Amino acid sequence: MGLILEGIYKAFYLLFTLDPEVMGVTLLSLQISGTATLISLMMGISVGTAVALTEFPGRKFVVSLINTGMGLPPVVVGLFVTIFLWRNGPLGFLEILYTPAAMILAQAVIATPIVMGITLAAIQSLPRNLRLQILALGATRIQMVRILVKEAKLPLLAGVMAGFGGVISEVGASIMVGGNIKGYSRVLTTATVMETSRGNFDIAIALGIILLILAYFINLVLTHIQQRERPR
Amino acid sequence: MTQSPPILEIKSLQVRKGGILILDIPALQIEEGELLSLIGPNGAGKSTLLQTLASLTKVSAGEIVFKGERVAADHGGFAYRRRLSMVFQDPLLFDTTVFENVASGLRIRRMKKKEINRAVSENLERFGIAHLLQRSARKISGGEAQRVALARAFATKPEILFLDEPFASLDPPTRESLLTDLEAILRQTGTTTLMATHDRMEALRFSDRLAVMIGGKIFQVGPPYEVMNHPLDEFVASFVGVETILEGTVVKADQGSFLTLVGEKEIEAVGDIVLGDRVTLCIRPENVTLAVPPGHQATSARNVFPGVIEKVVPMGLYYKIQLQCGFPLVAYITTHSLENLKLKAGKEVVASFKATSIHVVKREPCQESQGLKGGGETN
Amino acid sequence: MSAKNFRKMFFLGMLAILAATLMAANSVQAQQKNIILATTTSTQDSGLLDVLIPMFEKKTGFFVKTIAVGSGQAMAMGQKGEADVLLVHSPAAEKKFVAEGYGINRRLIMHNDFIVVGPSEDPAKIKGIKSTVDSFKKIAASGALFLSRADKSGTHSKEMGIWKATGINPEGQKWYQQTGLGMGQTLNVTSEKKGYTLADRGTYLALKKNLSLDILAEGDAILLNIYHVIEVNPAKFPKVNVAGGKAFADFMVSKEVQDVIKTFGVEKYGSPLFFPDAGKKEEELGK
Repeated sequence: MGLILEGIYKAFYLLFTLDPEVMGVTLLSLQISGTATLISLMMGISVGTAVALTEFPGRKFVVSLINTGMGLPPVVVGLFVTIFLWRNGPLGFLEILYTPAAMILAQAVIATPIVMGITLAAIQSLPRNLRLQILALGATRIQMVRILVKEAKLPLLAGVMAGFGGVISEVGASIMVGGNIKGYSRVLTTATVMETSRGNFDIAIALGIILLILAYFINLVLTHIQQRERPR
Repeated sequence: MTQSPPILEIKSLQVRKGGILILDIPALQIEEGELLSLIGPNGAGKSTLLQTLASLTKVSAGEIVFKGERVAADHGGFAYRRRLSMVFQDPLLFDTTVFENVASGLRIRRMKKKEINRAVSENLERFGIAHLLQRSARKISGGEAQRVALARAFATKPEILFLDEPFASLDPPTRESLLTDLEAILRQTGTTTLMATHDRMEALRFSDRLAVMIGGKIFQVGPPYEVMNHPLDEFVASFVGVETILEGTVVKADQGSFLTLVGEKEIEAVGDIVLGDRVTLCIRPENVTLAVPPGHQATSARNVFPGVIEKVVPMGLYYKIQLQCGFPLVAYITTHSLENLKLKAGKEVVASFKATSIHVVKREPCQESQGLKGGGETN
Repeated sequence: MSAKNFRKMFFLGMLAILAATLMAANSVQAQQKNIILATTTSTQDSGLLDVLIPMFEKKTGFFVKTIAVGSGQAMAMGQKGEADVLLVHSPAAEKKFVAEGYGINRRLIMHNDFIVVGPSEDPAKIKGIKSTVDSFKKIAASGALFLSRADKSGTHSKEMGIWKATGINPEGQKWYQQTGLGMGQTLNVTSEKKGYTLADRGTYLALKKNLSLDILAEGDAILLNIYHVIEVNPAKFPKVNVAGGKAFADFMVSKEVQDVIKTFGVEKYGSPLFFPDAGKKEEELGK
């Protein structure tokens, strides 16, 4: 118990003194997970909506693939991305192994199916005739998709939060493809693992708490957007 | 009827889903400014027809012509869709204010703010919901929601209005109020309207023409009174509310009237029928009179049959009496009459109906009617 | 709709900032400036590299990606050409590595030693026994709990070597547990469970304050933990950063670095964690 209190004390100490290493690690966590989430948003919402609204042969198969993808073990993703990014691997020419770019890639692979699957379910749960109603109001196809996405705002934002939550807390893939290199690819989660294995429990707990605080504030903002009543 | 060209014309229209033909309309023409109701049982294809005409469903064969120009199928229908509006049974409002909902069609068309404000307030006034301007669409009643949906549809000044059972989910008083208002508005704006409904009374009330659809085809189209009283075949008849449908063979024909043998009884009816023809007789329950022996007087009715009441069914404002008089017969009786005559199951009565009130159909049912303007055909 | 436009701008702006930040972070490293150093977790956990790497980077301008895994994985990376230089401490496996042509210029850097730690109660009564092999035999005989890293690391290889010398096979015995974890975590588990384990002195000293384990055997020649630097063979793997690997290896044997190694840890732990050996022969060690 005392250890946890020590950790809490240390967490606030590190935050208030703006400890440079901790700030760096936190900022990097945000940058990497934030970018990965943005990528997953763009791909996830567009593809999810497209699949939700279109009939095509093999659709059921694609949908079950997406649903399976939502539960992809992150560490397995990390392993496969690492193998691909090896110098002698198919994407080795990119030379991005052990860089933040590789971490963004792995995290995007983890988050995209989540956002896609939730978008798919969200759009499909809109009233069946809503799409026709929007078209009957004279909307172009693009306008229609935009309006549908807006109507599904509530579950879609939940999907964004799920995607972001999944990657900001991810550690297995991040260590594998990032290498946990100090000041370069070390993020809150990977640093926590390292400090734990070194036995520096107070620092590890502090980092964990900072991660929780960070995640809370991001989700506070997203929740606010989700639940906001449109004033006008 | 007017001689101006039809606003909407259908030619050999077919729609298939999963290989099955669900809509098959060789021809139909819709006059500008008319209100055409589509009635028919569930699954008849009313919604499909409306959606196809609104270019929301893909056409498998045939074409739609709007004001002389062919409507391109599916995607190309966009320009055409901007000139019409559709309202569904579910108001399908957006999760925002009433104002924004009514404005949505206008925003889609990128109209200017001032224009939008004007159009929105005008239409909210029109439907009597101006006070709901800033209310959230989630917080209004069913009737109010449907008014908002209608206001939204009218705001874009549609050239054709499609209504797909818009009042089906509303309770009777709300429906009544909305129907009255809508009727007045339609008369005032002169908007061509196609409405699907399975409430016959609704259709009767404010349509210029009625089209009966069954199984993806139009069986009959014409002014309401005519379709209701002169159904072209049994399907139509049973749907429009003819309760007694009897089959028999003509055993005597003379001077325009003939006798049909139904079971062991002979029924007299009027029509251009030949001896030996097999016919179907349609008798509307409103045309059947009941009397309790021995109190009946001599009547001009040619058909008088004693019988027994089998069942009395309350229908709200009147009663439906099912009797057996050698053949099954259904009559509608007012509450007053029911009480005065003390009618109940098991009572012996005498039923009568006029020969001229019987609608006769030759046994081979007619094929779906062609697009007939003006008067329908009596067999 | 200017509120809407504002939000659109804001969103795109965030996107742009994020993208720019990451590109900046990435672009700095032109490829030939990167060196992938595969080393062990215990080496990294000791903190020595946190001192040496910045020194090296400042001096040469190379950017070192220190990938700390077990010796086994480090050498596997070398065998695939996925690393440029290795800093490992698993002599038998290293010799094989070089013999098979994967590595060149294997050079001695430093050594430290392993120790056997256990609960202060010492149920197997091994304290004072000179021979580690005998200590292990006693542990097996008493059935006292023994934890193994079992991760093909240098420590694990050493442990296996000792068991081999005892003639006992601990696999499958119920007093023998395999954690599959790094040194620090294995020590924590051992401390929790009041068991025995083989650890490198460096990691033990670093974690000592949180452990309830004592040093029960040390000093035996067999417990020497010897570190070498090996450059990955460019002949076999053309994508290897030859110059970088060589620069790092040269750096490690340089007098400057050897001096740093000599004094590393003294301030914090009272005794150095490593003993510099560059230039010596492996057989000479063991004083």
